[in-house]
Amino acid sequence: MAADTLLEVANLGKTFGHLTVLKNVSFNLSRGERVALIGPSGSGKSTCLRAINYLEPPTEGDIRLEGQSIGRRPNGQRMTDREMAPQRAEIGMVFQHFHLWPHLSVRENVALQPRKVRGMSRSDAEMLAGDLLGKVHLAHKAEEMPQRLSGGQQQRVAIARALAQQPKLLLFDEPTSALDPELVGEVLTVIKELAAEGRAMVLVTHEIAFAREVADRILFMDGGQIVEEGPAKSVLDQPQSPRLKQFLASLQLGGPDE
Amino acid sequence: MSDALPGLIVEAFFAGALVTVKVTAGALAVALAIGMTLAAATVLTNSRMLQTAIRIYVEALRNVPSLTFLFLLYYGLASLGLRLSSMVAAIVGLGLIGGAITVDIFRSGFRSIPVGQSEAATSIGLTPFAAFRLIVLPQGLRQALPSIGNYAVALVKDTSLVAAIAAPEIMFNARQLVNETFQTGLIYGSVALVYLVLTGAVAQVMSLVERRLETR
Amino acid sequence: MFFQTIADNIADWGPRLLAGLRLTFSVTAGGFCLAFMLALLIEFLRTRRHAAVRFIARLYIASARGVPILVILYLLYFALPGAGITLSAVAAGTIGLAAVYAAYLAEVFRAGLHAVPAGQREAALSSGMSPLQAFRLVLLPQAVRHTIAPLLINLVSLLKDSSICALIAVPELTLVSRELMSESFLPLHVFALTALLYFGLAWPASLVARALEQRLHQQGQRDSGRGKRPVVEVAAVG
Repeated sequence: MAADTLLEVANLGKTFGHLTVLKNVSFNLSRGERVALIGPSGSGKSTCLRAINYLEPPTEGDIRLEGQSIGRRPNGQRMTDREMAPQRAEIGMVFQHFHLWPHLSVRENVALQPRKVRGMSRSDAEMLAGDLLGKVHLAHKAEEMPQRLSGGQQQRVAIARALAQQPKLLLFDEPTSALDPELVGEVLTVIKELAAEGRAMVLVTHEIAFAREVADRILFMDGGQIVEEGPAKSVLDQPQSPRLKQFLASLQLGGPDE
Repeated sequence: MSDALPGLIVEAFFAGALVTVKVTAGALAVALAIGMTLAAATVLTNSRMLQTAIRIYVEALRNVPSLTFLFLLYYGLASLGLRLSSMVAAIVGLGLIGGAITVDIFRSGFRSIPVGQSEAATSIGLTPFAAFRLIVLPQGLRQALPSIGNYAVALVKDTSLVAAIAAPEIMFNARQLVNETFQTGLIYGSVALVYLVLTGAVAQVMSLVERRLETR
Repeated sequence: MFFQTIADNIADWGPRLLAGLRLTFSVTAGGFCLAFMLALLIEFLRTRRHAAVRFIARLYIASARGVPILVILYLLYFALPGAGITLSAVAAGTIGLAAVYAAYLAEVFRAGLHAVPAGQREAALSSGMSPLQAFRLVLLPQAVRHTIAPLLINLVSLLKDSSICALIAVPELTLVSRELMSESFLPLHVFALTALLYFGLAWPASLVARALEQRLHQQGQRDSGRGKRPVVEVAAVG
């Protein structure tokens, strides 16, 4: 394992009964590397992402964060959610539908993890939350309840919440797919800023132009497998595989890419 | 213990169960008739007076115990000169309460059909009543089915109360038996089992009906 | 005429009805508290890993919902002495009501938790909370909002069903009213008065419950993330 490898995904497989959603998916992520997963609907890219923090436990394969196997005990058995909690704390996830906790204010949403999982004092956690909310340009909304924010604002709070974990790795599951078009930009801007800081991230997205700009590497998935991968600009500008060519062409036409 | 005992028990249970079934069926019929009619009236007319009258009926009967209402009906009417048999009082009493329950179920079933469907129906020239009968009613009933099923199961259990106005259903017969034989555990335990079977059967029938209607 | 008769008798009827009402309160309150605690236990058991434990909980719920309360009361009051346990009528009434309503309340708890969107738990777990923390900090606070109205509805239901205890000679309101009727031969007046007393308790509570449900439903339309499913009607019907 190279010294700066952060994440290893090896031979990932996932089946639901007769349905195979992921097959033999393998890739690595180095420290500070930004990887984008693209592909048509049903290609398995979200499942792959959710397997990394074991929200969708794989039926085969191995995930390692800094050499440590995620979700499996040394004897190979699957860990319980309780055992996995410390590992998940190192990975920050941003969901398509934000999933902010509606009974807590924006600030409390961001401060909850540092307080209750990492044991920070209330004042330290709230200060951290304030800083992070400032980072996503929402300091003025700190005392509001999540329901009163627009979709784009809620998603930015969700990003701040993930950052509050001070995670080694960030996972984005189609962060802008549930947003109205005019709200997409503000979220992409924040993600771009994070990428510029050199944060390691895996980004599942439909925004191809954005992926091209932000990612170091792109993985194109189709039918549960990685069909093509490589440096972002070359994969998108000079696609090799017929399926990737077809996928990119369908996007140009503005029709559904699925 | 005589040899005739098991036979006596079975006979008493059978007779009682028969009465239970009759009372349940009767009350259910009354309740559904009242509920459907009033709910349809609510949807079809805009009469404020009617809505208020129905509200009063529903609130009055739903906030009073079934037992108290049965007593009021059975003994109250008798004091006015109208002597109802236990069976009739049971069916009318439980039926009236059931009507108050089902009217809300049907109303929400009818209301759940998107307004656009009625609009489409009237725009092709159907009268409001025809639109209701052909579009809203069938779908609304289907929507209401699960809740009606729940009500039916609850009704079976409520029939145990009519023993208190001397209707010869299961509980009533069971009490007679216990007075004669003192086998409280056996008899009341069997009563519980019989009810479990009855409620289970009703629940099964309801889900069968639901499933049948799904596939059409 | 009607009201005159009532006024004539109120001196006698009033205190006795109130005494019965007091007992109705005790049985209702006692039964509800007991049912609440029992329901927590049952719902806890229903979510354990051992299939046998879950089965027992589900079996209890199915049985309690399939047998009339009157039968349970009879079993507790008349049949238990045969096994050496003699309960007072009030105890039998309270325990019987609690035993049945525990099943309904367990369903209320289940529906309350179920109403919280799955994404909430996912977000909690993926930030590194243990399942217990996720439950305590994220799921439970949200679930509680969904249980208050159904709990109130079940309380009203229990109040009405407390009248069944009259049939095992608990001197609560309905039994008192029966006594008054047989003494005075004025069933219409006595039972109308009794019905009014029950109504005066049940109706306001029902209105409050309905208002709470309305408010919750409206909030649900505006909440963060996907819209929630509407509150499921889990109260004892009737």
